[in-house]
Amino acid sequence: MQIYADNAATTKMSRTAVEAMLPYMEEIYGNPSSLHSVGQKANEALADARKRMAACLGCEAREIIFTSGGSEADNHAITSAARLGEKQGKKHIISTAFEHHAVLHTLKRLEKEGFEITLLDVHEDGLVTAKQVSDAIRPDTCLVTVMYANNEIGTIQPIEEIGAVCREKGVLFHTDAVQAAGHLHIDVQAQNIDMLSLSAHKFHGPKGIGALYAKRGIRLTNLIEGGAQEQGRRAGTENIPAIMGMAAALEEACAHIDENAARVSALRDRLIAGLSEIPHGVLNGDAVRRLPGNVNFCFEGIEGESLLLLLDDKGVCASSGSACTSGSLDPSHVLLAIGRPHEIAHGSLRLTLSEETTAEEVDYMIRAVSDVVEYLRSMSPVWRDLTDGRRSFVTK
Amino acid sequence: MALYSDKVMDHFRNPRNVGVIEDADGVGEVGNAKCGDIMKIYLKIDNDVISDVKFETFGCGSAIASSSMATELIKGKPVSEAMELTNKAVAEALDGLPAHKLHCSVLAEQAIKAALKDYYDKNGIAYDESQFPDCASCGHCDV
Repeated sequence: MQIYADNAATTKMSRTAVEAMLPYMEEIYGNPSSLHSVGQKANEALADARKRMAACLGCEAREIIFTSGGSEADNHAITSAARLGEKQGKKHIISTAFEHHAVLHTLKRLEKEGFEITLLDVHEDGLVTAKQVSDAIRPDTCLVTVMYANNEIGTIQPIEEIGAVCREKGVLFHTDAVQAAGHLHIDVQAQNIDMLSLSAHKFHGPKGIGALYAKRGIRLTNLIEGGAQEQGRRAGTENIPAIMGMAAALEEACAHIDENAARVSALRDRLIAGLSEIPHGVLNGDAVRRLPGNVNFCFEGIEGESLLLLLDDKGVCASSGSACTSGSLDPSHVLLAIGRPHEIAHGSLRLTLSEETTAEEVDYMIRAVSDVVEYLRSMSPVWRDLTDGRRSFVTK
Repeated sequence: MALYSDKVMDHFRNPRNVGVIEDADGVGEVGNAKCGDIMKIYLKIDNDVISDVKFETFGCGSAIASSSMATELIKGKPVSEAMELTNKAVAEALDGLPAHKLHCSVLAEQAIKAALKDYYDKNGIAYDESQFPDCASCGHCDV
């Protein structure tokens, strides 16, 4: 049995997305910038895809810029807002401690350039509040960037309220919606969003393609100079097949968003209930305000990489925030941000479900995780110390 | 290419000498939970020969495999020979470890030596302190 439960990392492409791409490889392969009919056919498709994407987000077609993915969109949005702020003498940016590295590392670069960055603390439940944002806004704040939903623990932030605070105070608001797009409703107008990043491969579209929504009137700073593609805002010949795949995938996801969310979150809750039976484990992030497919636990006394390898042997593809899996010395910055001690954070497990996940798979995963955790604990000196009382449990 | 060699995966999936020796002659524990690796080695020593060895490890795949391999390399060997175990020998016996996992083999060497030191201490056997580098000498983590 092979169970893919790492959908927050990437998803399998949908048949709809694959089929939407194929004609643009062999038949309509023109360059949309070309004047001849082969190129113009591609240009029409590009315009149509942009319109359809815009309809999914509640914006205008010209407010969509195609990018190479979520990271580029995040870099583009934040860098642009910083340059705009700089011109007005505003060099303060607000974000959160548990953003994706595409955001955090961009902010770090700006900090070196003299920007002041405020990273809001994240509450133990994995949420930040609009009040925190409001309290942190200063006269020199040029941008607030808060993710829609966290990629590790799946918690959904109060984007609409944060957007309202920003709008009231006249500060640009960007949200990294890479995990949310296609899974949660997005309406950039109703949610007061000025800029939004998304990535196709998180909603069954192709890899290497994403989009930035930037509200009309926001002057963007080019990251890539060259031709006049994307209204002169992002040079390089458009990846038409990928764009067609992305538009088809987003449309499909948005058309079924409520039924998918209901089905997947029922499976998520079944998985959470099953894994909660394992003693001395704890769910990371709020149980309700989380992405339909996200389950993330820490288990005491074990380390995440060995857990992943043994689960893989049992056919379960998962991920972890342990240091050993991240290639760094520290465990996940997200788990540390919500206050998990290092010892516990090393024993984290993320299982992310999709529309294709079945109840049988969920039940199999509950058994597999329980068995592997028990086995690893049986050979763990930390677990022995915990059970012998030489070390104190952090969880119940 | 897979992350680990077949040898590492074999020792990870089927670790040799897992467990505890209740009346051990030497016990050594190195690493810390904050870093994500702890190894504990138990030695039974008869007539200066390691007659039995067991380990418990909290850590990643290569930490478990390194512990398993290190115990295999010293089992049945004279104490003097076990003292000469190097992290390099552990890594080589596993057909190599990824660069960022080499500290696991260092930890295994140190765990064995910590257990031997405990044996020396318990039996009043004199030794040269410099033979026993402390945990910090590995430089992997700054805890």
